[in-house]
Amino acid sequence: MNTNKILTIDQLSAGFGQAEIVKKISMAISTHEIAALIGPSGCGKSTFLRCLNRLHEENSEAWVNGEVNLEGKNIYQEGIDPVHVRSQIGMVFQKPNPFPSMSIFENVAAGLTIRGIKKRAYVSQVVEKSLRQAALWDEVKDKLKSPGTSLSGGQQQRLCIARALAINPPVILMDEPTSALDPISTSKIEELLLQLKKEVTIVIVTHNMQQAARISDQTSFFLMGELIETNNTKQFFTNPDDIRSENYISGRFG
Amino acid sequence: MRLEQIKLNMMQMGQNVESALDQAIKALATRNADGFKAVHEIEKSTNQFHIQLDDECMAFLAMHGPVAKDLRLIFSIIKINADLERMGDQAVNIAHTGKDYMGRPEIHLPPEIEEMSRFVQKMVRDSLDSFVREDLPLANEVLQLDNEVDVRKNKVFKDLMQSIRRQPETVEAAMDIILIARNLERIGDHATNIAEDVIFVCTGKDIRHGGQKN
Repeated sequence: MNTNKILTIDQLSAGFGQAEIVKKISMAISTHEIAALIGPSGCGKSTFLRCLNRLHEENSEAWVNGEVNLEGKNIYQEGIDPVHVRSQIGMVFQKPNPFPSMSIFENVAAGLTIRGIKKRAYVSQVVEKSLRQAALWDEVKDKLKSPGTSLSGGQQQRLCIARALAINPPVILMDEPTSALDPISTSKIEELLLQLKKEVTIVIVTHNMQQAARISDQTSFFLMGELIETNNTKQFFTNPDDIRSENYISGRFG
Repeated sequence: MRLEQIKLNMMQMGQNVESALDQAIKALATRNADGFKAVHEIEKSTNQFHIQLDDECMAFLAMHGPVAKDLRLIFSIIKINADLERMGDQAVNIAHTGKDYMGRPEIHLPPEIEEMSRFVQKMVRDSLDSFVREDLPLANEVLQLDNEVDVRKNKVFKDLMQSIRRQPETVEAAMDIILIARNLERIGDHATNIAEDVIFVCTGKDIRHGGQKN
């Protein structure tokens, strides 16, 4: 296993108002690996994920304590711009969400455009590269001007991945990226993630345990806001350390 | 089908193999050639179990996608199924050879054969009991007994080689006994495999071949 940790999370707690949803979680995520977060609904895994790029604080009454260090630097340190953090740590959501008024090309280029990068040749080059990385180029190269929303669900999700890749973030977070997709589109995304991890580190929340087992290098199990176990994925699914992990993945509760 | 039911079916197959072995050993010890017929009868049902259990395991894997202990358990049942089937075959081999042996001029069964039989029967029984009860100390006892069986097999081989040299006319009967010792020893090896599987199911540790993997 890779020992170079790109993300280290230290005593991270988060919630809304009085409610504490994520409780003092510490873990590390290795560079160029896929880290899966699993656990029953309401266990805090998605809130935890959204703390990793400061998206959680966009909700009213949201609060966060503790540290998230990206390459050794705490993203919650005073003076750090959350928008900059989100350009370093991209996000792909459960439901594909291409910008509805934009073409396929414009969707992928969006991250560059809002940063004021307009040089046509450069932007075209980045769009092609990102679409290729997202394994979508061959399917859309002849219709880059069509609306992003004209694509199938699976293609839209790969478009969203291409959009996240275009600004070249070292980390991408994914919140159940295949739960709205059919098995064939799911399998394409999974293959894509295995390719992508050579270039980016991926943190993925999934309800599909077989998916975590298939694609991740490290699996973390959350329960009622606490991190129960982080383990090498093979070890986790063949001989987990904690009986609660064992019971959950064997379908005995949750 | 539930995993518990598959486990029960495997145990039934185990009882079948145990009783085939008991019949073979009893017939040999009492020089009752008719007693071997029962071994062949039991073998038919063991073969049925073998096929049925494979089917059930395959269906369980396909439909339930087991993980963690359930995965270790079903993986071990698949392997134990193969071990039990081979043990049944070895009991049949004892019956075949035993029948030949009884048709030849008599040479006495060495006491080690009786000892080996006793040890091997205990190994088979204890390996299956340790599986049902997830009893690690009992599984470890099975592993220890295997050494006792091997020592006696080696002694039978050595003694009978000498006997063949002294009385070449006993070569056929002596070879029969050597084959039977070999069959018993192989059954002990399969029981050892089962005990190793029990340890794997309970602890996740693979202790085979000196625990190289750990």
